[in-house]
Amino acid sequence: MRLDRPGLLFALIGLAGLILPFAEFKPNRILAGEGATLAAALPLGVALLFALAAMFAMGVFRLPAILRLTAALAALLAVLLAIGAAARHLTPEGDTLARVSPASGFWLLLLALVLMLADAVARLRPGLMLRGLLLAGAVAAAWFLLASGALDQVSTLREYSVRREVFLREARAHLLLAFGSLGLALLVGLPIGMLLYGARRLRGPVLSVLNILQTIPSLALFGIMIPIFSWIAATVPGAAQAGVSGIGVFPALVALFLYSLLPVVSNTLTGLDGVSPSTRDAAMGLGLTRPQLLGWVLIPLALPVLLAAVRIVLVQNIGLAVIAGLIGGGGFGTFVFQGLNQTAMDLVLLGALPTIALTLVAGIAMDLVVEGTARRRQEA
Amino acid sequence: MTGRLLLAAALLFLLAFLASPHSFAGLFQPLIRPNQPAIYTQTPLWSLTLSHLTLVALAVSASTLVALILAVLVTRPAGREFLPLARTITAVGQTLPPVAVLALAVPVMGFGAGPTLVALFLYGLLPVFENALAGLTRQPAQVAEAARGMGLTARQRLWQVDLPLALPVILTGMRLTAVISLGTATIGSTVAARTLGEVIIAGLLSSNTAFVLQGGMVVGIIAILIHQTFQTLERMAARRIGLG
Repeated sequence: MRLDRPGLLFALIGLAGLILPFAEFKPNRILAGEGATLAAALPLGVALLFALAAMFAMGVFRLPAILRLTAALAALLAVLLAIGAAARHLTPEGDTLARVSPASGFWLLLLALVLMLADAVARLRPGLMLRGLLLAGAVAAAWFLLASGALDQVSTLREYSVRREVFLREARAHLLLAFGSLGLALLVGLPIGMLLYGARRLRGPVLSVLNILQTIPSLALFGIMIPIFSWIAATVPGAAQAGVSGIGVFPALVALFLYSLLPVVSNTLTGLDGVSPSTRDAAMGLGLTRPQLLGWVLIPLALPVLLAAVRIVLVQNIGLAVIAGLIGGGGFGTFVFQGLNQTAMDLVLLGALPTIALTLVAGIAMDLVVEGTARRRQEA
Repeated sequence: MTGRLLLAAALLFLLAFLASPHSFAGLFQPLIRPNQPAIYTQTPLWSLTLSHLTLVALAVSASTLVALILAVLVTRPAGREFLPLARTITAVGQTLPPVAVLALAVPVMGFGAGPTLVALFLYGLLPVFENALAGLTRQPAQVAEAARGMGLTARQRLWQVDLPLALPVILTGMRLTAVISLGTATIGSTVAARTLGEVIIAGLLSSNTAFVLQGGMVVGIIAILIHQTFQTLERMAARRIGLG
């Protein structure tokens, strides 16, 4: 049988994960903890350890990708359930202060399995449809796992359970920041891009301004927005009543909007420029008016490039919205920075993990949409 | 020409500001409330600028080096198996928000420059990797043909033909990485990395807009200068291989 080199890499990472502590027991949420290996962390730990080792060993040989995919999925589910079980097993009965959090071994196992999964999926070369189904399946499975309560004793979910209301509020704020700024950027950026398409002379100056905006560090841009909005709230009649203020969601929303303008405007231009002159001439020859030309021909043809801008902006803004937590703009960043201040890592994870999950799902989903429209365009 | 003059002026302004920030206090005076200092003095601005630049330079060099090695490895026959995996890793690296990576790295590496380096390193892999991959694989077939005809070994071809030809796009990748890293590094100061973000955060904490602005301004000017320097290098590299 032939060896599979990526499989060898996954096995090495996985082996390190099996040796290092799987879970960490802490007397309370701030104190340092002590690690427990997989064998010690849960009742059937030894059996699971051997099963996982066997799975990684199997991955070293070249086997059909679908088999590897199934094996990695099953192992991933087992590891996730195991951390939930370890948390229940290690927490003394009735102790509400003690925390059990995932340790380095767990994270390495997770890394090895996710890499194996990604590699197997890439080798299967699934069609768009199947990739969409895989993504939906992964989201549904994660949802089900969290809702089932199997992980409820894990430290980060303990943090969640004491601040459920706040978490949901910040989640809404985060989504509002990311999608709201995207919506604003499309509303303003698309017309600017179309305007520049016709007015070549304006392109240089407008793009330079947007480029310079991009060089201002996000932290500073967020900070500069605060006094500007305080000033607007204080001087423009009716602004304060409308909810505009220097603290809260407005400064963050506008800062994100400003960052999103460049990708939207420049991709609109690239997309429109990419339409071949002969297509344009043919459409004009048919007697289309300018708006008709734009709406029926140019925009549909430029759609993949426009959607690529949406992908860039969405992924970028979900990440940048974390910084809003530093200036009182809400979102998952609130937990990240609170946690960093208190050196409570479980709280940091409560903010960071949903952010990462959101960017990954948004990125993969938008990739599928972009590819789908690009393919349709080619077929048309 | 006017572009170059503007850049030179920006560089001079930056150097003068860093050498003697207090001479520019009047510029920031309108932004502060009574009794607030106009210029950040906790740490000298030039020393923060230096450590900021060092951090970014380290991260960009590391991600360029690793991305180049990866790109070369996965385009050799022995490493082809790793191509899908390498693409996935670098793409995911860029999708992960640097702030989240920064926060996650803290329990492992502690407070300081380490987490920032990791976050910038991961974020910087994709642009260089994808561009190097494009540069190494999308060459005209005649080039490979000619190299083989001249009797070059695989290693000679890599060093004397493939890499020089890919240099302009590799530099483009480095430029994207460097400019984004400059801005992102400021966030490192939330976990005690010594960067210009320290000035901005001090401004945020004490509602001192002058601090926020001077921190942002220094980073912004450096970003523009680095952007232009790389573009000049890209043009030179392109001219060397007979393009542009």
